[in-house]
Amino acid sequence: MTRWGMNIDTDRCTGCGACVVACHAENNIQTVGEAETLIGRAMHWIRIERYYEGTFPDIHVRFQPVLCQQCGAAPCEPVCPVYATYRTPEGLNAMVYSRCIGTRYCANNCPYTVRFFNWHAGDFPAPLDRQLNPDVSPRPVGVMEKCTFCIQRIQDAQGLAQLEDRPVADGEIRPACAQSCPARAVSFGDLDDPDSQVSVFARNPRAMHLLEDLSTEPAVTYLIGGE
Amino acid sequence: MAGVSVETQMLAAEPKETPIFGPVTGLSWKLLAGSLLTGAVAAVLFYSWGYQIVNDIGVAGINRPVFWGFYIVTFVFWIGISHAGTLISAILRVTQAEWRRPVTRSAEAITVFALSIGGLFPLIHLGRPWLFYFMVPIPNHRGLWPNFRSPLVWDMMAITTYLTGSVLYLLLPMIPDFAILRDREAAANPGSFRARLYRIVSLGWRGTPQQWASLEMAIRIMAVIVIPVAVSVHTIVSWDFAMTLQPMWHSAIFGPYFVVGAIYSGIAILMVAMYLLRRTLHLEEYLSDKVFNNLGLLFVAFALIWSYFTFAEHLTVWYGNEHSEMTVFWERVAGSHARAFWTMIIVNTLIPIAVLSWRWGRKPLVTAIVGLGVMLGMWLERYLIVIGTLRFPRLEFTLGQYIPSPVEIGILVGSFGMFGFLYFTFVQIAPIVSIWEVREGEHLAARGGGHGEAHVGASAPAALAGSLGARTLGEEA
Repeated sequence: MTRWGMNIDTDRCTGCGACVVACHAENNIQTVGEAETLIGRAMHWIRIERYYEGTFPDIHVRFQPVLCQQCGAAPCEPVCPVYATYRTPEGLNAMVYSRCIGTRYCANNCPYTVRFFNWHAGDFPAPLDRQLNPDVSPRPVGVMEKCTFCIQRIQDAQGLAQLEDRPVADGEIRPACAQSCPARAVSFGDLDDPDSQVSVFARNPRAMHLLEDLSTEPAVTYLIGGE
Repeated sequence: MAGVSVETQMLAAEPKETPIFGPVTGLSWKLLAGSLLTGAVAAVLFYSWGYQIVNDIGVAGINRPVFWGFYIVTFVFWIGISHAGTLISAILRVTQAEWRRPVTRSAEAITVFALSIGGLFPLIHLGRPWLFYFMVPIPNHRGLWPNFRSPLVWDMMAITTYLTGSVLYLLLPMIPDFAILRDREAAANPGSFRARLYRIVSLGWRGTPQQWASLEMAIRIMAVIVIPVAVSVHTIVSWDFAMTLQPMWHSAIFGPYFVVGAIYSGIAILMVAMYLLRRTLHLEEYLSDKVFNNLGLLFVAFALIWSYFTFAEHLTVWYGNEHSEMTVFWERVAGSHARAFWTMIIVNTLIPIAVLSWRWGRKPLVTAIVGLGVMLGMWLERYLIVIGTLRFPRLEFTLGQYIPSPVEIGILVGSFGMFGFLYFTFVQIAPIVSIWEVREGEHLAARGGGHGEAHVGASAPAALAGSLGARTLGEEA
């Protein structure tokens, strides 16, 4: 079986924000504008959290990109009254937009606050509509959305591998954030394959999970601790 | 029918019932104006809701991370209010408290109306309300079912069950009263709108011994069934919060805490409603000082229980000293929500206990004022629970703010208008004091059976044989 996982080396992350932009472009995420951002409706499936250690002038900044952790025991899943969010056999925490009725219960039960609601439908005035990714459906008003681990890229690679009658190679699938990271802080692969890069990283002594004590079994591993 | 002369005799014999019959026989301009005025306020709700559907859910002030706002606060508030009637009336009926007789009808009506309004709010709050039926287990060709693990599905089932039960429980004891009104109207203005209406809603009631026995049995069954249903409803509403991982939501005490809070707010609105009914309809004879005194005692008991739960909840959180819980705790007790929190403590704990503990504090006007305070306090409690937690998620990078939009405020205000409208209209259609139950109580008292010991169910047909029973039985013969 496959269980998709991601690895983020926070010691490599420079906080440049390329992943955020790439994610927007890849997944047709709407840009909500200044007014909506001011009342807390900014929409970024991946965000870069900044943490400051020490006091000025001896200060150290840490960056932590946070996206949907694709939890193995996801708190968002059981609370949805209509099964709009569920677990795929490959360990993804999937969203069915057409099934979502917008109770927003999943977002309330997400300890990572990585779910985003379409308070208004996305607006892509010309010529922005020309850069929409045809592989990803735009979301209507009133539904929840969040990081999918670029499921469209996963399916592309799996289709290609099937045509060529071979397994998907490690590192073959790269979500937009991993592809665009100039510091190569993000890697993606199969956690059930003990030799994959993500599995090797997950056994690293620097590895940790976000809010690990909640037992949500995140599929995203952070490496943290070095300089 | 031949009942006319008997009915007129009865009218002469019971002049004190005039205030009950007043609003349901003639047209009262005062009550009609009340209906129209509150109806206009209720229109604000539907206008705002329509505006929201057309212009997207985004016109509300909710955001990330405060995904739930005024709608859920007000939903819990109204569902809480709905515990006024059916639960209180059922408990009083089951325990055969004689002083319940003039109270039950007005209380049960509160339940049905508050529940109907409260039930609207989860729909108002949906991002795509036109798809609400996805939550209903309708067999379909896609084989899709709702997620029975979700507390929202439990919620929907509990509320629809409670609504069905409450409507039945309100309607059943109204049948003999509607029959009394039918006979009066048939005598006074045959062919009038009221005569036709009461002929339909009295469901062919003739007051035969079998009918009385069946009715008593049905009421007793409903009274027993509706108590656990009512308890389950607010328990499940609390589980909407308690089943999550959120700080200060994930609490085992929430079930009973919410049920107690619900009954507490229910008694509060009952106090206010009873005071207004007594004043406007001159029902001093029925909603007497004694009734207010007894309900006031129940009120102060719930003030104490609610305060105990609030104390226990906050003490355990504070003692546990868990980081994310303490963030919410300190914001509530000494931070940005402190004003709301201490207002809640003052109007929900200090004032009720200080005032209602004394006999002078259980007079009608005083209890009504205390009741208004408790209604405010219970709304604030739900505000603190919903907003107070959601603003402070575990990852502090995503701290939030919440400012309700005019649409949300309009819907909140409109919901009170709608409650007023339904109540004013109800008062003009159904007797707000149960006529037959009060007469039954008077007969039991007159027979010297004492108040508490009378076997209400068994003796009802016999007890009533003297007044309305004789009349309707006479008609049969």
